[in-house]
Amino acid sequence: MSDDKRYVDIFDLVKAYPNPFGDDIRVVDGFNLQIKKGEFIGLIGHSGCGKSTVLTMIAGLNSISEGSIVVGAKEVTAPGPSRAVVFQAPCLLPWLTSYENVMLGVSESYSHASPADRKQIVEHSLGMVGLLDSMHKYPTEMSGGMQQRVGIARAIALKPQMLLLDEPFGRLDSLTRMELQDVILDILDREKITTLMITHDVDEAVYMCDRVCMMTNGPNAKVGDLLTIDYERPRNREEMMSEDKYFNYREHLLEFLENCEKEKDARKKASLAH
Amino acid sequence: MSFLTIENASVGFGPLKSRTEVLSDLNLEVKENEFVAIIGFSGSGKSTLMALLAGLLFPDTGTVKMKGEVVTRPGPERSLMFQNYSLLPWLSVFENIALAVKQVFPELSKAEMTKHLENYIKMVNLLPAKDKKPHELSGGMRQRASLARTLSMKPEVLLLDEPLSALDALTRANIQDEIIRIWEEDKRTVVMITNDADEALLMADRIVPLTMGPKATLAPAFDVNVSRPRNRATLNQIPEYKKLKLDVTHYLINMNKEAKKLKANPHIPMPDVKPLHTKYPVKV
Repeated sequence: MSDDKRYVDIFDLVKAYPNPFGDDIRVVDGFNLQIKKGEFIGLIGHSGCGKSTVLTMIAGLNSISEGSIVVGAKEVTAPGPSRAVVFQAPCLLPWLTSYENVMLGVSESYSHASPADRKQIVEHSLGMVGLLDSMHKYPTEMSGGMQQRVGIARAIALKPQMLLLDEPFGRLDSLTRMELQDVILDILDREKITTLMITHDVDEAVYMCDRVCMMTNGPNAKVGDLLTIDYERPRNREEMMSEDKYFNYREHLLEFLENCEKEKDARKKASLAH
Repeated sequence: MSFLTIENASVGFGPLKSRTEVLSDLNLEVKENEFVAIIGFSGSGKSTLMALLAGLLFPDTGTVKMKGEVVTRPGPERSLMFQNYSLLPWLSVFENIALAVKQVFPELSKAEMTKHLENYIKMVNLLPAKDKKPHELSGGMRQRASLARTLSMKPEVLLLDEPLSALDALTRANIQDEIIRIWEEDKRTVVMITNDADEALLMADRIVPLTMGPKATLAPAFDVNVSRPRNRATLNQIPEYKKLKLDVTHYLINMNKEAKKLKANPHIPMPDVKPLHTKYPVKV
């Protein structure tokens, strides 16, 4: 189906904020990206380049100044459970258990389902992230990695058309990070949800993504480069690393980031000289 | 002779009946001017190990020695840089660092002191912000101030306890470069604790993994035989780096297998109900 090739279509996206002098600062300017159904896209770029702005616009949490975003043949105008977001901080309600945190969204989205079905949806989601035994624990009783698992369960319980991950493992140590990367990939291998993930970690990008989208420095940020990561799924970290292309991909991404930084420094110096 | 050594050290906490052995039978040798990264994960006893090296804590059995002498107290020759900056909020950057320097070099005249301080503040590129209070600085700048304070005491051993893990990726990379630059200009022994394998591979001469606690101990080290200066991008074409990266990843994956893992349970099927995706027509 041709539609599946542009399941998500971001066309000439602009985010402009007015500045005190009356003209607009275009943070994101002319961002174009098409995502296939079931594809996993990584978004990489320097801090402040507007990655999160793009993600929140797809989520519908941030208004679109110009251009359009279409997800599954519907234009994005508002937030909705069809696009689930997992943030860097787990954002769980501290007075609710993991079960209740997940149930909160489920009871809204599945208000027509029977209580037994709803219970099963929550248990299914918590099972997928390996938390069946900690279902009745409160966030304070769990480690950071476990809290983030609840966040993932909460997102997938809504059967979203699209999963948006905003640096979901940024605050975790390498070991927990690797564990959770596998949790997500395991879910995606089963459910094939179209996913966009912001990350700073090039290993994470290469390991998880089908394509990595590199954003140029803001303001006027747009897609600078796209890199296709050509590995079969399911993937195995060690097998990937034993091939040279793994390191070529890594180098490609790191080089892009380095050039961005150089350009940023040069711009800073030029503005100081002014 | 090794510069800094830990010999058969064990540390435990709690009363005898319910004692938790945090570190057990731990051995480490650090050579002079070596950059050693200790990589460990939540709860493995990293900070306990750092406290041992700093002399803030003493092992129940075994010894910690520096230049052949047993460490009996903390001192400026081994200075510690913390993850959480630990700057006094009511003092400026300059005053915070002065506080440390006055303790270590009380003989300096006022002019010498100012020169000494400005030298180190300049080293971390913080001169324009030297009169700012910590709350006026970003996380990265605070960590730079903390680094300048640690260096200004002219320690023989620099102990870095996860100095960068509270920072975002970009600031982190900048300060990594800064630490390496300073270390190369002005060689000294560094022991750094980190939870990031990539950081260790980029910065260290040797990576020593700490096994999962309790009863954590140090596993065999990985030597990083990669020439300096190291560049994040071009490193990827160096065969030694590729091999090392694979070895370290392999080690971490196995460590993960050993740890109690939360297994996914896919046996509860998703019931066949569709969610209401268009329930909230909220205008932004």
